[in-house]
Amino acid sequence: MALRSQSTYDLLREHGVDRRTFLDYCVKLTATMGLGTALIPRVVSALETKPRLPVIWLHGLECTCCSESFIRSSHPIAQDIVLNMISLDYDDTLQAAAGEQVEEIRRKVMKDYKGQYLLAVEGNASTKDDGVYCTVGGDSFLNILKETAADAKAIVAWGSCASHGCVQNAKPNPTGAEPVKKLISGKAIINVPGCPPIAEVMTGVLAYVLTFDQIPELDRVGRPKMFYGQRIHDKCYRRPFFDAGQFVEAWDDEGAKKGWCLYKMGCRGPTTYNSCSTFKWNNGVSFPIGSGHGCIGCSEENFWDNGPFYERLTSIPVPGIDSTPDNVGKTLSVLTGVGIGAHMITQAVQRRNKPADDDKADTSEKE
Amino acid sequence: MATRVVVDPITRIEGHLRVEAMLDGGNKIQDAMSSGTMWRGIEVILQGRDPRDAWAFCERICGVCTTVHALASVRCVENSLGIQVPKNADIIRNIMFLTQMVQDHVIHFYHLHALDWVDVVSALKADPAATAALAQKVSPHWPLATEGYFRDTAGTLKKFVDSGQLGIFQNAYWGHPAYKLPPEANLMAVAHYLEALKWQKEIAKIHTVFGGKNPHPNYLVGGMASAISLQSDNAINMERLNLVSGLIDGALDIVENLYIPDLLAVASFYPEWTTYGGGLGNYMVYGDLPQNGIGDVSKFRFPRGVILNKNLAEVLPLDLADPGQIQEEISHSWYQYPDGKTSLHPWEGVTEAKYTGPKPPYKQLDENGGYSWLKAPRWKGNAMEVGPLARMLVGFASGRTDFKEVVTAALGKLKVGPAALFSTLGRTAARGLETQLAVHWLRDEYNNLIANLKAGDSAVADTRFWNPDTWKPESRGFGFTEAPRGALCHWINIKNGKIANYQIVVPSTWNASPKDGKGQHGAYEAALIGTPMADPKRPVEILRTIHSFDPCLACASHVIGPDGETLAEVVVR
Repeated sequence: MALRSQSTYDLLREHGVDRRTFLDYCVKLTATMGLGTALIPRVVSALETKPRLPVIWLHGLECTCCSESFIRSSHPIAQDIVLNMISLDYDDTLQAAAGEQVEEIRRKVMKDYKGQYLLAVEGNASTKDDGVYCTVGGDSFLNILKETAADAKAIVAWGSCASHGCVQNAKPNPTGAEPVKKLISGKAIINVPGCPPIAEVMTGVLAYVLTFDQIPELDRVGRPKMFYGQRIHDKCYRRPFFDAGQFVEAWDDEGAKKGWCLYKMGCRGPTTYNSCSTFKWNNGVSFPIGSGHGCIGCSEENFWDNGPFYERLTSIPVPGIDSTPDNVGKTLSVLTGVGIGAHMITQAVQRRNKPADDDKADTSEKE
Repeated sequence: MATRVVVDPITRIEGHLRVEAMLDGGNKIQDAMSSGTMWRGIEVILQGRDPRDAWAFCERICGVCTTVHALASVRCVENSLGIQVPKNADIIRNIMFLTQMVQDHVIHFYHLHALDWVDVVSALKADPAATAALAQKVSPHWPLATEGYFRDTAGTLKKFVDSGQLGIFQNAYWGHPAYKLPPEANLMAVAHYLEALKWQKEIAKIHTVFGGKNPHPNYLVGGMASAISLQSDNAINMERLNLVSGLIDGALDIVENLYIPDLLAVASFYPEWTTYGGGLGNYMVYGDLPQNGIGDVSKFRFPRGVILNKNLAEVLPLDLADPGQIQEEISHSWYQYPDGKTSLHPWEGVTEAKYTGPKPPYKQLDENGGYSWLKAPRWKGNAMEVGPLARMLVGFASGRTDFKEVVTAALGKLKVGPAALFSTLGRTAARGLETQLAVHWLRDEYNNLIANLKAGDSAVADTRFWNPDTWKPESRGFGFTEAPRGALCHWINIKNGKIANYQIVVPSTWNASPKDGKGQHGAYEAALIGTPMADPKRPVEILRTIHSFDPCLACASHVIGPDGETLAEVVVR
């Protein structure tokens, strides 16, 4: 199997895509990656000249929600990625072949593209009892992960399972499930958390790696800053209601019908770093808060153990604390908690000082 | 001398499944083992948590049939706490249920199952003009059926193949004698594989409207969180409803003009597959899509019932709360029960993981010992098949005219009798026919929502029992649904505001179950037995029958009992 020499643009052109469409596609892609218009020429140039990247996509202890999210991507669409941008050589969810034939492919890609293939991991590995809680082709997923990671160019850890551990890693973690970063060392690992991650974030990360041939700038827990740099709360369209002290107090109440802030219903927006409130989900249709339910913080480490989900934030441990050296984020999170506590006290005092009727539904009131 | 064929991983499914088939001298399958090779222990993790949070944990059992475990979970907690959700919440949940069913079935047909019947490489030999003629004949109302369109698709495919990198299509079974479609039908199917891939992301937006995202939209104990206010720009309003309505129109088009015509066209080339893969002949449906609250089983769109031994003359009643009816067996599973018991009802169940399989890496499992992370659920001692075929048969046998219409029409088009349903192809066809019913019901449920709003009812949640202070010290309940892959039920025990027990019996545990103590095979195993294989090294036949069930192994093999303290014990042989 020879290395491909065709670039993405070559393939698109041969598929009958004209240059105008190609450039339009590049513009959208650049926007998806959160890059300025000045970088469009670089994206165009990269897609004109770079060969398709071989990808091995492994599935461990998981629920496949990351794959499902991936195929919901609107720009680029999944078909463009699978046919034109990467060479998805191994993915047990979509693969035509099965059994021995599919394991053959994995070994062949590892050999033919040594040091050149991207390893995408969905799910994580059981580390207890020789890894018997997840086996593929008769071998433990733990062994397969280590074996496949050894010669990978870089690793993309899809979703909260691969990035942080997610639901099977929640207490008491019966199978000893551990995320990729705890099992693999000496490799560049891009963590793309979320349960699942937003589709366009997934494709945006891949497109970035392909376009610039480098891993994106990462934060203290290995997440691309371009998608996980801000808290959902920072950009939430309901933030003005938070600032104005207008909250949903019970499900389906007047505040819920007016779309007020969900903080009192347990919303984790103030401590969750993700792009939900900017890109939104499923091509911008909505996001959890937009549809009336608080954020459950699914892209944060240990979010399953920071519940109950409907308890407001001040009473829970501050999430996001990890063994990584960056204490800035930690401090920020603590300050957020303190800030919210102070805000609530101010608001409670204000409420006590005004007539009960005003309390109900006066949207014009400001602090 | 028997040959053992091992297929692991079974691809194009959700999760991790291994099949070992024993062939006789003529390469016919004489025995089979279905093994779930993953276990996560989600019920253990649920112990001691807030029951109102359980839906979110349960939803993560599966991201392919996303929502179904969340729905079963909120119903289970509501049943336990005595909550009856508002009518709008039932309707919105029905809309989300049907959205999931339609989307999931279309993806299954095109992206998980089609490659068992469609030879991608053969499509390269197709004549675009003849393909267009075929497509117009198969589906006169589908507009993308021109010579130019198929020439473009063939060009895309050719360049892709010529690039030398076949990606997910490499090393497959192209050219295998079991593929029977002419090149034109193959090309048409490849084009529609891509069309369906583009479309599936659209219908999922219905979940996003009501649940904020897909996969894994949000649910709520007591109703739904998405408030409705026709006078607000920040709630479910006319703009949101119009979006949903438009997406339903798109789904109707795809199902009626793409999926069903393609299904019937492909099926007509494989008549022999109406004789293989029938399996158990026992079918079970819990029922769903309430029209008068979840408590009124008589008003479900999917009727409840059991059919034994293919006897369509009798639909037997079913009771999920009766400890004598549903029991889980562990004779060939990697678990142990206390006091030497082998079978327990989910409410009373106690489970300890006990791995007795070989140490990985291993070559084969032992059919006489434990060989799966799946337990073996049984109804009154019988192994059962659940899923679309079961639902269509129970609807048909219950005398429901809507079911009879679609089944009779399809059998007529394929020129086969009702006995053809008891087969691999029957199962695949039933899934399509069910989608046809589902997509029309989706429109009906939307109309119901509008009618209820017109009548002045905009409530979506009942919060009287939201606060745990209002709960009894102890309660228990169950919540069921009909997931795309079949009957699903969650059982819960709540004590002092926390989850004391949580147990889930899922569709793929029924279908993919190992043998029980009496040696009765599970549905996959039974369906494989008797199938001839043309080339044991290239197991297309095994994939066809297994895929006809649409396996979902993350669901099936999460299972462990309610006793949180127990830890896994591993005995490596």
